[in-house]
Amino acid sequence: MLSVSNITCSRGDRTLFRDLSFSVAPGDLLHLKGKNGSGKTTLLRSICGLFLQDSGEIHWNDTSIRNLGEDYFREVVYLGHHNGIKDDLTAEENLTIAAVLDGDETDEKQIRIALERIGLRGYDDLPTRVLSQGQKRRVALARLLLTKSPLWILDEPFTALDTSAIDLLQEIIREHIAADGMIIITTHQEVALTAGHAKQLELGN
Amino acid sequence: MSINWFKYSSPQTFYPLAGKMTPWFNWIAGILAVVGLYWGFFETPHILSEQKQYYRILFVHVPAAWMSMWLYLMMVGWAVVGLIFNTRLSFMMAASIAPSGAIFTFLTLWTGAFWGQTSWGTWWDWDPRMTSELILLFLYVGYMALQSAIDDTRRADRASALLALVGAICIPIIYWSVNCPDPNECTALHQQSSMSAVEPNIRIAWLIMVFSFWMYAFAIAFMRVRNVILERERNAAWVTELVGRKK
Amino acid sequence: MSGKSTMLRTFRVIVMRDLTLAMRRRTDLLTTLFFFIIVVSLFPLGVGTEKAILRQIAPGIAWVAALLASMLALERLFAGDFQDGTLEQMLLAPQPLSVLVLAKVVAHWLLTGLPLVLIAPLVGLQYDLSAGSLGIMMLALLIGTPTLSLVGAIGAALTLGLRGGGVLLSLLVLPLYIPVLIYGAGAVSASVTSIADTQPYLMLLTGFMIFALVLAPWATAAALRISSE
Repeated sequence: MLSVSNITCSRGDRTLFRDLSFSVAPGDLLHLKGKNGSGKTTLLRSICGLFLQDSGEIHWNDTSIRNLGEDYFREVVYLGHHNGIKDDLTAEENLTIAAVLDGDETDEKQIRIALERIGLRGYDDLPTRVLSQGQKRRVALARLLLTKSPLWILDEPFTALDTSAIDLLQEIIREHIAADGMIIITTHQEVALTAGHAKQLELGN
Repeated sequence: MSINWFKYSSPQTFYPLAGKMTPWFNWIAGILAVVGLYWGFFETPHILSEQKQYYRILFVHVPAAWMSMWLYLMMVGWAVVGLIFNTRLSFMMAASIAPSGAIFTFLTLWTGAFWGQTSWGTWWDWDPRMTSELILLFLYVGYMALQSAIDDTRRADRASALLALVGAICIPIIYWSVNCPDPNECTALHQQSSMSAVEPNIRIAWLIMVFSFWMYAFAIAFMRVRNVILERERNAAWVTELVGRKK
Repeated sequence: MSGKSTMLRTFRVIVMRDLTLAMRRRTDLLTTLFFFIIVVSLFPLGVGTEKAILRQIAPGIAWVAALLASMLALERLFAGDFQDGTLEQMLLAPQPLSVLVLAKVVAHWLLTGLPLVLIAPLVGLQYDLSAGSLGIMMLALLIGTPTLSLVGAIGAALTLGLRGGGVLLSLLVLPLYIPVLIYGAGAVSASVTSIADTQPYLMLLTGFMIFALVLAPWATAAALRISSE
C-alpha cells in the first residue's frame, strides 16, 4: 500500500501543491484531476521517485521509498508522456527490453500474446518508426500486460488512442484493479473509470 | 554558550547576518592589505639587489595562488554539504564563491606572467605549477558555465555541485600528471616547499596578505550570496517586505 | 531469482540494445571515425610534411584527435534515450542505475572507442611511425579510451537536454581528460627511444581506467537522476 503524507512540491520558485496527503490501497484507483500546470505530472514523478519533493514523505508498505531504493522500482510501472520505445527497434524488441527494465521475466510467447491482445498482430517485426502515433502508444501500453508490478502510475494514458484502444485499456485497468492492483491515473478526457474503488483527487484549487 | 548553527542555514536568517558581517570583513581586508603591502615593500630586508625588485609581485602572486586553491576546496565543501543535507543556502554559498575563486586564479596567472617576463624573459612557460593553475581556471569556468546554462535552479545547483566534486576528485590526479609527465623519472618527485626557504620577514608579509585576501573573499562571497538570496527568494514574504520597506 | 544473474542479464540486454540500435543507424558510427581521420590528416597539411617533425608530433595529435572524437560522440550517449523516454525507464529499473550506465558506456566504447584503436595504423602510415611505436599507440588507445568514455559519461549526464550542450560538454570534460592525454601521448613518445620505458605509462593508464570504472558509473547515475528530475 502506498501512502503519501504532507508532501509539498515546487518547480522553480512556484509551489505546485502543499501538504498533500492520501493513500492508495490494493484494489484502489486514484484519478488525479487538475488544470494544466497544477502539478499532476510532478506528483506522479514524485511518487515514482523521479522527483524529490520539498518536504513530506512517501511510504510503500510503511517504508520510505527513498530507503527502498531499487526494490521499490520493482513494485512500480510508470507510463509517462513519452512512450519509452525506440523507433529503430521492433515492437517485440522494445517489449523485451522494457520487460527486463521493469524487472519482469517474460518469454517470446508472452510478448506475442500481449501484442496480439493490444491489437498489433502482424506489426511485431516492423521498426516502430513506421507505426502511427496510436500504434506506438499501444506498444507502450503492452508493457502493462507483461508486468507483475502492483502499482501502476499512468500519466495521460488515453492520449492518441482510438475508441477501441480506449475500451481495451479500460478493460486492462479493470482487470488490474480486480486482481488487487493499484492505479494512479491522470486524464483530461472524459473516460468512465468504472473500476473498483475509484477515488478522485483534485489538485490546485 | 552554544550557537544554533542550523538557525543560520536558512536564507532568511542568514541574509541580515551576512549584511552585518560584510563591512567588517571589508575593513579588515583593507587594513590588512595596507599593512601587508607596507611590510612587503618597506620592511622586508634589502637582500634583493636593485635588479630583483620585481620579486615583490610575489606578495600578491603567492597569496592569490593559495586563495585560488582554498576557495575551490571551500566551494566543493559547500557543494558536498548541499548534496548531503539538501540545504539551499549551501548551494548558494558554493555558487557565490566560484567567481572569486576564478578571479584569484586569473590574478595568479596574470601576476605570474609578469614575474615570468621579468625573471625568465617569457610571459608563459609550461611550468607544472602554471599549467595546474590554468587547468584550475578551466574547472572554475566549467562550474560557472554549467550553473548558468541550466534554467531550473535546483538542477543547476545540484548538477554543478556534482561537477565540482568530480573535479575535486580529479584534481590530485591532474596535478600529479602535470608535475610528472614522465613516470620513469618521477621516483624522486618532490615539490620543494617555498615557505621554509624564504626570509621570515617576507613570510610575515605573505601571511598578512593571505589573511587580507581571505577577508576580501568572505566579504565578496557574502555580498554575492545576499544578491543570490534576494533573487531566488523573490516570491517569499520576507523579501517582498524587505524590498518594499526600502523603496 | 538471484539478484546477480538478473543484473548481468540486464547489463547484457542494454549492451546488445545499444549495439543493435547503432547497427541500424550506421552513419552515426562512421561520422565519429571519419572525424578522427580528418583531424589527424589535417595536421600534416598545416604543419608541413617533414618526416622528423611529423614523427615528433604524431603522439600528441593522435591523442588530441581521439579526445575530441570521443567527446563528440558523447553527446549522443544519453540524448536519444532522454528524448523518447527510455531513459526514464532505466531510472525506474529495479537494478542499480550505475550498472545500466556502465552497460551503456561499454556499448558506447565498443562503437566509438574501439574503432579508433583499430584505425590507429593509418595514423602510423601518415606520420611515419615505427611498428613498435604503432603497437604502443594502439595499446595505449585501447587502455586509455575507456577512461575517456567513462569520465565523459558524467559530463554527458550533467548536460543532458541543455541548449548548447555540446560546447558546454567539452568545457566540462576536456580538462578532466588531461591525465589520459599526458600519459597516452607520453607512452608513444617514449616508445621511440625504448619500448621498455613505456611500461609505467601503460600501468598508469590502466590505473586511471580502474579508478574511472569504480567511480564514474556512480557519478553518472547521480548526474542522470539530477538531470531528469
